[in-house]
Amino acid sequence: MGRYVIRRLLQMIPVFFGTTLLIFLMVNVMGDPVAGLCGDRQCDPATAARLRAEFGLDKPVWQQYATYMGNVFTGDFGTAFNGQKVTELMGTAFPVTVRLTVVAVVFEIVIGISLGVLTGLRRGRPADTGVLLVTLVVISVPTFVTGLLLQLLLGVKWGVVRPAVSSAATVDELLVPGLVLASVSLAYVTRLTRTSVAENARADYVRTAVAKGLPRRRVVSRHLLRNSLIPVVTFIGTDVGALMGGAIVTERIFNIHGVGFQLYQGIVRQSSQTVVGFVTVLVLVFLLANLIVDLLYAVLDPRIRYA
Amino acid sequence: MRGATHAKWAACAMAVVLAATACGGGGNGGGGGGSGVISSSWGDPQNPLEPANTNEVQGGKVLDMLFRGLKRYDPRTGEAENWLAEKIDTTDSQNFTVTVKDGWTFSNGEKVTARSFVDAWNYGAHLKNNQRNAYFFNYIEGYDEVHPEKGEATADTLSGLKVKDERTFTVKLTQKFSTWPETLGYNAFAPLPRAFFDDHDAWLSKPVGNGPYTVESYTKGSMMSLRTWDQYPGEDKARNDGVDLKVYTDNTIAYTDLTAGNLDLLDDVPASQLRNVQADLGDRYINTPAGIIQTLAFPYYDKRWNADGMEKVRKGLSMAINRQQITDTIFQRTRTPAKDWTSPVLKEEGGFDDGLCGEACEFDAAEAKKLVDEGGGIPGGTLRITFNADTGSHREWVDAVCNSINNALDNDRACTGNPVGTFADFRNEITDRKMTGPFRAGWQMDYPLIQNFLQPLYYTNASSNDGKWSNEEFDRLVDEANAETDPARAAGKFKDAEEVVRDEMAAIPLWYQNGSAGYSDRISNVALNPFSVPVYHEITVD
Repeated sequence: MGRYVIRRLLQMIPVFFGTTLLIFLMVNVMGDPVAGLCGDRQCDPATAARLRAEFGLDKPVWQQYATYMGNVFTGDFGTAFNGQKVTELMGTAFPVTVRLTVVAVVFEIVIGISLGVLTGLRRGRPADTGVLLVTLVVISVPTFVTGLLLQLLLGVKWGVVRPAVSSAATVDELLVPGLVLASVSLAYVTRLTRTSVAENARADYVRTAVAKGLPRRRVVSRHLLRNSLIPVVTFIGTDVGALMGGAIVTERIFNIHGVGFQLYQGIVRQSSQTVVGFVTVLVLVFLLANLIVDLLYAVLDPRIRYA
Repeated sequence: MRGATHAKWAACAMAVVLAATACGGGGNGGGGGGSGVISSSWGDPQNPLEPANTNEVQGGKVLDMLFRGLKRYDPRTGEAENWLAEKIDTTDSQNFTVTVKDGWTFSNGEKVTARSFVDAWNYGAHLKNNQRNAYFFNYIEGYDEVHPEKGEATADTLSGLKVKDERTFTVKLTQKFSTWPETLGYNAFAPLPRAFFDDHDAWLSKPVGNGPYTVESYTKGSMMSLRTWDQYPGEDKARNDGVDLKVYTDNTIAYTDLTAGNLDLLDDVPASQLRNVQADLGDRYINTPAGIIQTLAFPYYDKRWNADGMEKVRKGLSMAINRQQITDTIFQRTRTPAKDWTSPVLKEEGGFDDGLCGEACEFDAAEAKKLVDEGGGIPGGTLRITFNADTGSHREWVDAVCNSINNALDNDRACTGNPVGTFADFRNEITDRKMTGPFRAGWQMDYPLIQNFLQPLYYTNASSNDGKWSNEEFDRLVDEANAETDPARAAGKFKDAEEVVRDEMAAIPLWYQNGSAGYSDRISNVALNPFSVPVYHEITVD
């Protein structure tokens, strides 16, 4: 187990360097960002040259990348164009997005798995068909439509919630955005759980458990669910990374000052330091989430062992 | 109250989520933080918040509340009035003696003296401080030494600035510039307290100025709370308790928040909502002229566009654009068809003339076609209008302009749009002289002077002369105008220069841009100044 974790951690190193290099190159392809800093006029050449030197843009790309990586390992992610340290931006943005992601994942787990189990045990009944139909609708409607619609109805028409999240972004404010963010994944979780549960419900070990006279609740929760959750856990685990980085649309709709907003602003302003820094952290989150998922397999299914 | 509201709607949200039922009767928690405090929408300033480093409206908004300079532009007329300046004397339009009024202090108690200005200007001009607006000081003698085009600075301070005594300093310019004092209302010329230089980081995290408001708290990227400064010595004391500037991720959500009653003031109504704004806000929507003009510039470094007879083609193209139709339908009258190369906010005394462009700016399809043909046709056969597609819904109007030209010239392939992905890239193509046809050029004035609409844009090698247009006659007239001591006669000379721009059709004027704002029923006396920034200190809370 320990060796497996170490091996996995070591594998992350090349992945980490590869992705950051790719992102670095992609941001660089967008061209020289300094010209965009002076509004609708030409930056005076002397100031532009100094700004380029300050952000290291006057050096060749490979050298920029080397310097950047060197700084990252000392905890310095550079400075955004507005003079703020990228670490400072991360310090404010990540807690917000983590809260949003947690809310979304909780929705996925609670609602998604419950609905999945419910429909999986009642295959073909009206409840099953109904939920399947609803998930189909949710999957096919884009997030920004769901988001704007809920915002308009709950925030403006009925006045139940504030349409915009305040800068504090407390958990209760994040419930609606979290639901919107989770909606599509939630539908997938429901479907995955349903299929998996339905399949395992006819398995021998479940029949044995029933024959032993175990209470139904125990059969479902200990025997059936534990085996059925493996694909679902894989999905949710990888989804954590996707939710954190993919919240750009939801964050903009609900005025959440999280990672998505910072990334969007970084891209629009071509602030390579911001974009690369944030994406680097997201890559790490993604890698770690995947590792945790793999480790969870062993917990869920004792047959899976890592040497 | 706040916590209770949250808990309540949290419960409602849960109920909605789980049982798909709606809670009725949930009220809104009201607008701003306190009773007399206004909540206003904001965007994260692009550059650090220093007076000489702020060149866009979001940062300018804050500086407008935090600082008062030697001059101030009247929020209604745009006229430059002495504010901290007791007097600005000159005999030759080149050497100025500035006397600062007594009794002004910064909000930390420090006196505003001649040195507060001189130190601030030296800071703003110096190359090592990377100030985006450094070129504002380029008329002052010694600018070349502190801010050379290449290499390191050879001097620490501007040689043209000298402190005489506590309240007086002299300024020597490199050329005659009679209206120079009128430019001093711009934020870049604001005074700075010693705290700015002594502990720069602390100042940036909580700026200290001499304006009607002080910063109570500033969370970068999300919110700034400004409160009325009780000891403010000026006449324009704030008539409310303060302003909370809230950063929104998008102005559409700010608009939604305004209609839901959670925001008091939104100073940039999103284009997508212009259709609904009358129904949503009624008379709480304002749409007033701002000092912004949009034009189509041409690449004069491209031989084909600089050839003889091309002025006829440009004039023809100008006449092929149905400005009225486009401003009415696409912009919902938040733009006004341009009739000269300045802006209505200058007023006629300032040099605005709605008859200057004349027929050249009127839609006339037949005449347009004739002129384009006479001039030798569009170079290359197709006109490609370059614009940046990332902001400002430029695609819509470029398509409309092209449609208008295509219809007028009776040729489906006469004009097409040429989008560039990002604004920075667009600027790079302009700087690198890669344009092959007309391109979008917008100009927001720095100060309400006709000089500011002409010299930076059309003077040979001027900072914003993106098309590299050059005309000896125009340059000569601008020089003469700057040397003219009488403001009215100076404006007259500038208009003569503007006529040269018209005759050559150096750039096609499209429309004047308005500032727009919407506000809640909690506040009144809302107005936008000519820079499309809300006049915060005059707003009252009911």
